[in-house]
Amino acid sequence: MSFPWAKPYEPKAPLMRYLDEKLPLPRLVFNAIGAGYPVPRNLSYMWNFGVLAGFCLVLQIVTGIILAMHYAPNAAVAFNSTEHIMRDVNWGWMLRYAHANGASAFFVVIYLHIFRGFFYGSYKPPREMVWLLGVVIFLLLMATAFMGYVLPWGQMSFWGAKVITGLFGAIPLVGEPLQIWLLGGFAPDNAALNRFFSLHYLLPFVIVGAVILHIWALHIPGSSNPTGVEVKTESDTVPFHPYFTAKDGFGLAVFLLLYCTMLFFLPNALGHPDNYIPANPMATPAHIVPEWYFWPFYAILRAFTVDFILPAKLWGVLAMFASILVWFFLPWLDKSPVRSGHYRPLFRKFFVVLVIDMGFLFWLGGAAAEEPYVMMSQIATAYYFLHFLVILPIISMIERPDPLPFSITEAVLGSDDDKAVLATTPAS
Amino acid sequence: MIRLIGILVGLGFTSAVLWAFGVGAYTFATEPAEETAEHAFHLHPKDVSFPSDGPFGKFDRRELQRGYQVYKEVCAACHGLHLVAFRDLEALGYSEAQVKAAAAEWTVPGIDPNTGEATTRPGVPTDYFPSPYANDTAARAANNNAIPPDLSLITKARHDGGAYLYSLLTGYSEMPAEMAAEFPEFSTPTGLYFNRYFPNLNLAMPPPLSEGQVTYADGTEATVEQMSKDVSAFLIWAAEPTLEKRLQTGWAVIGFLLFATVLAWFAKQQVWAPLKPKKKA
Repeated sequence: MSFPWAKPYEPKAPLMRYLDEKLPLPRLVFNAIGAGYPVPRNLSYMWNFGVLAGFCLVLQIVTGIILAMHYAPNAAVAFNSTEHIMRDVNWGWMLRYAHANGASAFFVVIYLHIFRGFFYGSYKPPREMVWLLGVVIFLLLMATAFMGYVLPWGQMSFWGAKVITGLFGAIPLVGEPLQIWLLGGFAPDNAALNRFFSLHYLLPFVIVGAVILHIWALHIPGSSNPTGVEVKTESDTVPFHPYFTAKDGFGLAVFLLLYCTMLFFLPNALGHPDNYIPANPMATPAHIVPEWYFWPFYAILRAFTVDFILPAKLWGVLAMFASILVWFFLPWLDKSPVRSGHYRPLFRKFFVVLVIDMGFLFWLGGAAAEEPYVMMSQIATAYYFLHFLVILPIISMIERPDPLPFSITEAVLGSDDDKAVLATTPAS
Repeated sequence: MIRLIGILVGLGFTSAVLWAFGVGAYTFATEPAEETAEHAFHLHPKDVSFPSDGPFGKFDRRELQRGYQVYKEVCAACHGLHLVAFRDLEALGYSEAQVKAAAAEWTVPGIDPNTGEATTRPGVPTDYFPSPYANDTAARAANNNAIPPDLSLITKARHDGGAYLYSLLTGYSEMPAEMAAEFPEFSTPTGLYFNRYFPNLNLAMPPPLSEGQVTYADGTEATVEQMSKDVSAFLIWAAEPTLEKRLQTGWAVIGFLLFATVLAWFAKQQVWAPLKPKKKA
């Protein structure tokens, strides 16, 4: 579906006409990300991150498949095969650093994409399905990244796997058998490493499928925009190509500059030195920490230190999962009819607090599990849940939004000729 | 309805975590954590720089060769380097013939071609550095129950790799008098050695270097600092022999990307020019 003024696909070259009759793939591309997809003309650079996330996914799949040609998923040789890639495989060091830093870049982009959604109310009708699929993609991404970090079989790989799978042990009754079943043993070993490798190879393609659904669902109402006012007329939109291919092209170039700076000059800055020590089940590292992109959720997990009706560990596990699952309910928790935070003065203040709170959770998840960090993470966790489950619903009931512009065109140009026309014709 | 349930769930999590906060804060206020000797007297690595540091880093071949000599004559008695092959030594500026000769100085495990029995033979360039011990049990038995770690990745496996290593090697000292006064119960057990750069201050490795322990082929004076610096530089190379290539490639990539970014910017400006709102006079 698209707007009635979307440019029709009219192939001129005989080959393209032939192809359009037999397999209209070029038509699909034209209508999805070409000149046939009208997009609000006022999209800011915050709308770049969807395309960038798609780029990261392709980057991870390509580098990952090549790495898999040289890697051996066996606990006896996995660590050394990773070093074989670093030392002996042609450009292997670049592939591995590209893949490891690619995961970090992917999460940077995804977090910005999600927070863009928070601020501009991208989860609101008619785009709930786009949002729900997005949260599914994020969960798949976390699972994939977690299993990928286990593969080099260093100390943090092993102990991270042990801690995270140990979380299932907190589930009453079935926890322990479930944990043993998931790991294929009492602790992470060859069985776990093998299945993690298998799933780490599978899940990215599941993500590709989910991304296709995500984009499909997006193309039914069309992209949202910074004003949150829906598209009214043709003058509100521009064709995706060339306008946003050009804008995304510049965004991609800036992204690559930052990413390549990390890759070539600080390739281990985001990793943990302990992962260059081979996995040793007999030696526990001083501080077990996951990769940085899990820190907010790790901070929430560790914040529940005292039994409160339920055991503390179960609270932690429930809270960690709930902290992401709550995103699924956002479209129904925030009922404000105004989408964009630009026109929601009260929401905007709390959004800033949420960003600061997330910043704290990021920092505290990587900090040692000692005071005063634990107390700080408890306050930050309390705010996190209050924000989504209590503050947002209440704001959406009591807030008086600022006046919205008549249309996207008016927001961009200061006036909209259609406004006068529409004002004189009675609403149909 | 969903919002009501949401608020209840939200208040549930909040109460649980605030209860934990209350208990934690009370404990924190009433039972202040005791200061430990490890926390008070542990030192961060010394401020030392290596030619390979930074975005323009390069290996100093002569330094690496001296470092290799220190590793071979001192460290290799207890520490392996199992991810590095003799052929890799060509990167230190040795010729093929020199590498062949260097490899032959090492004894590696082999198989007797006539009997099939396990035996030893001189190394060849394709061999990897041999481990000084037959297995971990032997390593423990020979070292007061502490396994000397393999050094192939040591500078990447510790925070501030090279500087940490240098600090550790030059950081053995007597226990400071104020520390003995402040923490009278702290002591260094027999078989361990006091070192303020090691996280728990007691290191199993005896001070490995002493003045003039090696005789450098290039005539450099073999002070403890010099040898520590050289062997740290050598181990930075051993942990990442591709470092120079990575930095050089990086600059080429960044240069290209800067150019591409400028082009992309102007392309975007040109595409959008007709749509820009005209400034009102």
